[in-house]
Amino acid sequence: MSAAEPAPSQTSAKPGHLGRSLPRFEDAALLTGRGRFLDDLPVGPATLQAAILRSPHAHARIVKLDVSAARALPGVAAVLTSAEVQALSAPLVVGVKAPMTCWPIATDRVRYVGEPVAVVVAADRYLAEDALEAIAIDYAPLPAVVDPERALAAEAPVLHEGLGGNLASDRSFRYGDPEAAFETAAHRIGITVRYPRNAVTPIETYGMVCEWDPGEDGYEVTANFQGPFSIHAVIARSLKVPGNRLRLKTPRDSGGSFGVKQGMFPVIVLMALAARLAGRPVKWIEDRLEHLTASVSATNRVVTLAAAVEADGKITALDWDQLEDVGAHLRAPEPATLYRMHGNLTGAYDIRNLAVRNRVVVTNKTPTGLNRGFGGPQVYFALERLVQKIAVTLGLDPVAVIRRNLIPAGAFPYRTASGGLYDSGDYQKALETALRDGGHAALVEKRDRVRAAGGLYGIGFATVVEPSVSNMGYVSTVMTAAERAKAGPKNGAQATATVALDPVGGVSVHVASVPQGQGHRTVLAQTVADSLGLEPAQIRVVAELDTARDAWSIASGNYASRFAAAVAGTAHLAAEQLKAKLARLAAAQLNVPAEALVFEGGRVCAADTPDNAIPFARLAATAHWAPGTIPEAAGQALRETVYWTPPQLTAPTPDDQVNSSLCHGFILDICGVAVERASGRVVIDRYVTMHDCGRVLHPGMVEGQIVGGFANAVGAALYEEYAYGPDGAFLAGSFADYLVPTVAEVPRPEILHVETPSPFTPLGAKGVGEGNCMSTPVAIANAVADALGVEDVILPLTPARVRALLDEPEPPAPAGTAPAAPPKRAGGRALAGTGSAGFAAPPQRIWDTLLDPATLEAIVPGCHKVEKLSETRFLAEVTLGVGPVKGRYSVEVALSDLVEPASVTLTASASGALGTGAGQGHVRLAATPEGGTRLDYDYEADVGGKVAAVGGRLLDGAARLVIGQFFAALGRQAGGGTKGGGATDGGATDGAGAAGPWTGLLGRLLRLLGIGS
Amino acid sequence: MPRLSADRRTEVRFTLNGRPVAGLAEPRLLLSDFLRHVVGATGTHVGCEHGVCGACTVRIDGGLARSCLTLAVQVEGCTVETVEGLAPGPARLSVLQEAFRRHHALQCGFCTAGILMSLDTLLRDEPAADKARIEEVLGGHLCRCTGYGPIVSAALDAAERLSEDPGAGDAPEERDGDV
Amino acid sequence: MKPARFDYQRAESAAEACEALAELGGDARVLAGGQSLVPMLNMRLAQPRLLVDISRIEALQKIERSGGRLLVGAGARQAALLSHDGLAEAAPLLAAALPWVGHAQTRARGTVCGSLAHADPSAELPTCLLALQGAVRLRSSRRHRELPAEAFLAGLMSTAREDDELVEAAAFPLRRAGEGQAFREFGRRHGDFAIVGAAAVVSAQRIRLAVGGVADRPMARDWPALEGSALDDALNAFAWELGARDDLHASARLRRDLVRALGREAIEEARRCRA
Repeated sequence: MSAAEPAPSQTSAKPGHLGRSLPRFEDAALLTGRGRFLDDLPVGPATLQAAILRSPHAHARIVKLDVSAARALPGVAAVLTSAEVQALSAPLVVGVKAPMTCWPIATDRVRYVGEPVAVVVAADRYLAEDALEAIAIDYAPLPAVVDPERALAAEAPVLHEGLGGNLASDRSFRYGDPEAAFETAAHRIGITVRYPRNAVTPIETYGMVCEWDPGEDGYEVTANFQGPFSIHAVIARSLKVPGNRLRLKTPRDSGGSFGVKQGMFPVIVLMALAARLAGRPVKWIEDRLEHLTASVSATNRVVTLAAAVEADGKITALDWDQLEDVGAHLRAPEPATLYRMHGNLTGAYDIRNLAVRNRVVVTNKTPTGLNRGFGGPQVYFALERLVQKIAVTLGLDPVAVIRRNLIPAGAFPYRTASGGLYDSGDYQKALETALRDGGHAALVEKRDRVRAAGGLYGIGFATVVEPSVSNMGYVSTVMTAAERAKAGPKNGAQATATVALDPVGGVSVHVASVPQGQGHRTVLAQTVADSLGLEPAQIRVVAELDTARDAWSIASGNYASRFAAAVAGTAHLAAEQLKAKLARLAAAQLNVPAEALVFEGGRVCAADTPDNAIPFARLAATAHWAPGTIPEAAGQALRETVYWTPPQLTAPTPDDQVNSSLCHGFILDICGVAVERASGRVVIDRYVTMHDCGRVLHPGMVEGQIVGGFANAVGAALYEEYAYGPDGAFLAGSFADYLVPTVAEVPRPEILHVETPSPFTPLGAKGVGEGNCMSTPVAIANAVADALGVEDVILPLTPARVRALLDEPEPPAPAGTAPAAPPKRAGGRALAGTGSAGFAAPPQRIWDTLLDPATLEAIVPGCHKVEKLSETRFLAEVTLGVGPVKGRYSVEVALSDLVEPASVTLTASASGALGTGAGQGHVRLAATPEGGTRLDYDYEADVGGKVAAVGGRLLDGAARLVIGQFFAALGRQAGGGTKGGGATDGGATDGAGAAGPWTGLLGRLLRLLGIGS
Repeated sequence: MPRLSADRRTEVRFTLNGRPVAGLAEPRLLLSDFLRHVVGATGTHVGCEHGVCGACTVRIDGGLARSCLTLAVQVEGCTVETVEGLAPGPARLSVLQEAFRRHHALQCGFCTAGILMSLDTLLRDEPAADKARIEEVLGGHLCRCTGYGPIVSAALDAAERLSEDPGAGDAPEERDGDV
Repeated sequence: MKPARFDYQRAESAAEACEALAELGGDARVLAGGQSLVPMLNMRLAQPRLLVDISRIEALQKIERSGGRLLVGAGARQAALLSHDGLAEAAPLLAAALPWVGHAQTRARGTVCGSLAHADPSAELPTCLLALQGAVRLRSSRRHRELPAEAFLAGLMSTAREDDELVEAAAFPLRRAGEGQAFREFGRRHGDFAIVGAAAVVSAQRIRLAVGGVADRPMARDWPALEGSALDDALNAFAWELGARDDLHASARLRRDLVRALGREAIEEARRCRA
């Protein structure tokens, strides 16, 4: 499908602009550098810039925080710490009633890498970052837990003592009679999947300008926040002001969000307080390292899902066990990710019996929030992997299993077991059309052909119901019915739109939709132009939001794919309402009944006598210039605001049924992948995605949403992961580590459509923006599983993972080759190694050198001073680094298990501006026949903070380099130097030049570090 | 030249989109910040500040550069071109810009400035660039909205028009829209 | 992500640059293309006191052939080398490897010598220099010297350059008659740091293979004209000797697999190109 040429939609209710791919009104400014993004907006000369000091530790107590030196720096206006935050604000509201307190800044301890610890406000960002380096802070590291299953263990470190553990919520649900269905079914087929962490990471990061007005005790915030504006209440409450004292505005343009820009609200609180403290406006632009480390993430989830299955593949019941990892805090609106899919946990299938257990756990990772697909990727990864497993287990074609279970075409509106009300659909037609037009038969032939030739090729399917327009009450399903009754009902999805006329008859539209690139202004112009018989270019649309002036409600904002279904529909209703008034006005002037009037071509005329007409602009201006002439029946005809909420979005019922979304689109994906055997690379050979998103309002934009979501999903399936070390170190802090796909990695999907308009929305449209983020990861995973004939596929399917799944024997190492480095142990430390060094000096001499603080000073690479804390504890100030990367660290070393002169254990921890480290090494000394010493060592270490986040690729090598430096220095200090090329570390052994490079290099490095001669 | 002191601002002068500009900069001030916040050319966007995302791509003396990896003091006396300089006139779009609009090759528009600079440079040097060349150059940019396909289509369309009529740097007068 | 403060000196000549380096030693860094250094400045991983900008020294921007070698000056950009007349014939390995170096946008600024001096273990150009048995010319106020690639590339982001020395030029031997060259690389995405990069130089009598991305620096092996399983065995031994490690982007096993596979592919293609 090409979006290049405008084409009328097949199913337009009437010919008009809607349904055509008009060029966007947004584009001219964006293409010429005249966008108005947050950081492009003018700010007052008093505006200061902020930077945030963030925790390098996943879990630690803050022992000391001294900001006095930072405060004293020239250009620094204020430093905000938890003391001021706690004095001036209240904790953020927690999503479930749980005894845990969530501040936007670490108070006594940090619970994830990147958690804010202090905010510096200075004349510019450069100075603010300078001041961050002047903050003195000591941490006492605590054990961290990053794995949600381990977090439940009795011995796991506890993040929030009030919870008594890490389990923040545990609810079970039962619909129909799942026990009986499992009892009587021919098969029980189950699967356990672990969905990883990722996020769509918009290219524009968070940004905001905050101001405090002491006269009003009010805050004014301009931020590229995306909504939902229920969060406005959370911010106001935290800032301890009534809602009308928090004016929240959004800029016209926002550089993508995909849900992520909901997650900035804790920083809005911080920056508002910083502005209050500084007495001046404060601007903060998040940087990329901050964004990847600590903005917000989708949840990772462990799901065990079982199906009761008849012999023919008919599924009669599902049993879900979902363990949701929300990171270190349960932030509003979480645990929404877990509950958004509650009404559609049975997917596209007619399954009447359902058991669900939902648990929410906290871990030492970045708190989670909205992200494109929101809950869908996690649910459908489990469900559709299971459907494939059912087919494999029963020896059925996956298509047959899908076909056997799809909800019948005549069953809509269809109420799911858990209460979802599917508005419309014809899944059978969509499936059969996709198989036919998507070339399924040819794909199967190709798979056979490739396999016959020895290649690896697989086909995967994903069948997904894409919910859109969230019920604002769905998250209350996390509460029991009794708790909900006490809290009062929550439901609905208020959308607002205003259509206004100016004194020369111009039409403006105001919506609270906060677009981030979805072309709202164009589609709204099309919608309103159609109603009023005007050209879209005549309509001016204002989509930025100002809570002090605009019509808005808690559901306002751009999320849950609500624009086309809810906002455009509401604008249509407002336009029609205004049109009805204008028609009554025209009826009086043209002397024909209002019903007999048509609005077209910029005129209003009688349908049967087109010459009897009045120009639209003249009619529209009447209420401004001659209000006295308006018939009473017309009322004012200046401005119509419509609030619309669908009646289908009711509050959860006492038996926990919830219609979590208004609209339910349908997607069927077919994916063919080739797997390169030698490298493990997955190549998407063909991708077909069939969509039913109801009525298509703008084909070009629908295609844009589909291919954009698809590209995000390719990233999630094959490339992107917010990876953490076992100690909670964050490892994907740069775009060289968090691998967003480029054009080379994203194939073009083939897009197919069927349309069953939604009966629940004014224009028949449904959401379409998130579906492929739900369907594509699992379609690719199913295809890879099919290609490799394996069950346990973990995303992202990196070459290393896929290569491991191939499970091919490796040619053994030839005799005499250094043994392979030990593979990383799960849960073990990030860095580990062994090695040995030879010295000319005898063991006692080496021993004395090791234990003498005066000589340690000369041995420890880059050492500035060593302070002896006790006989076995030392504190050193060192500069460590490789190449241009250098940082100063405080290192504490403790010696234990001393067996003179044979063995010792060194336990060290280091901290500095670039990061932290902790590790343990065991050193063993033995005399050699020549009177020298052979020293063997092994070590394990964790590295955290910035160096781990952006330098993970190089850490192993850097560790070996520093250790090499240490032993070379030890050898020099003990006399006689190192022997046989110094340290080796199970790493590169260059047979070609055994003695040369290491000693030469080390000598040079030592001179560089001022240690050697 | 004399050494510039770390904490002193010196005047930096260069030509920006054909006009002389000047402003004060410490040695460490990035060109991206200088363009946006000193001379007010906010069309160039900043997405990562480590040279990967490509949003800040500009032309320096005719060659592409990440402005986040360039110091303002480095472009003293140079010719710098940014997205603001691509359109032939205030109410007109270039052939490439027009093709972007026609093909819905942008959504949020944030990464677009850098992508336009790269593709404009490619089509300037190779008006008949093929898909492989376009994808190679586009490979230096990250876009989260479009999935890239529409950008490739737009560039191919522009290449076709430009290779047919190499003189036609500009699109015809706007017919609609709020240019 | 803004750099810490530093002084800045735009050197007018190599001699001026060397004087500045002699004055500040390890506290000064040379700024040429900036594509590796400036990200580190922005992240404050590197905080030098002085940047010595050599990018406008015309004498350092030359790319010329001399004595059977291609001399690439310290200021010559990667893009300039890639578009150097006759590169594909004169130095086919460089012509094959350069498109893998970053992206067009970074090659337009990044310099060949800057990449060598940075000595990232995954970078393509050091691997090529080692495969070709090229050399690096160093200059200081004290002396001029030339180091072969093996001696220059000392370790992880570490070279044998002294603090007061400027990498003045790189010398890549031109392709000799009867020699075939080929490059292979595997990365997570195109333009990423190599997980494994393999550069092969093959003549009638010998094979030389350099591999980057696995050990702490590129490593090379020389073999006679091995074939079949003997070549497999040699590649396997090399793969194991490199001491591959796991990291975020690849496992040690995958790296060994790729050394074996890409090494063979590169050698075979180099053989084909010999014709």
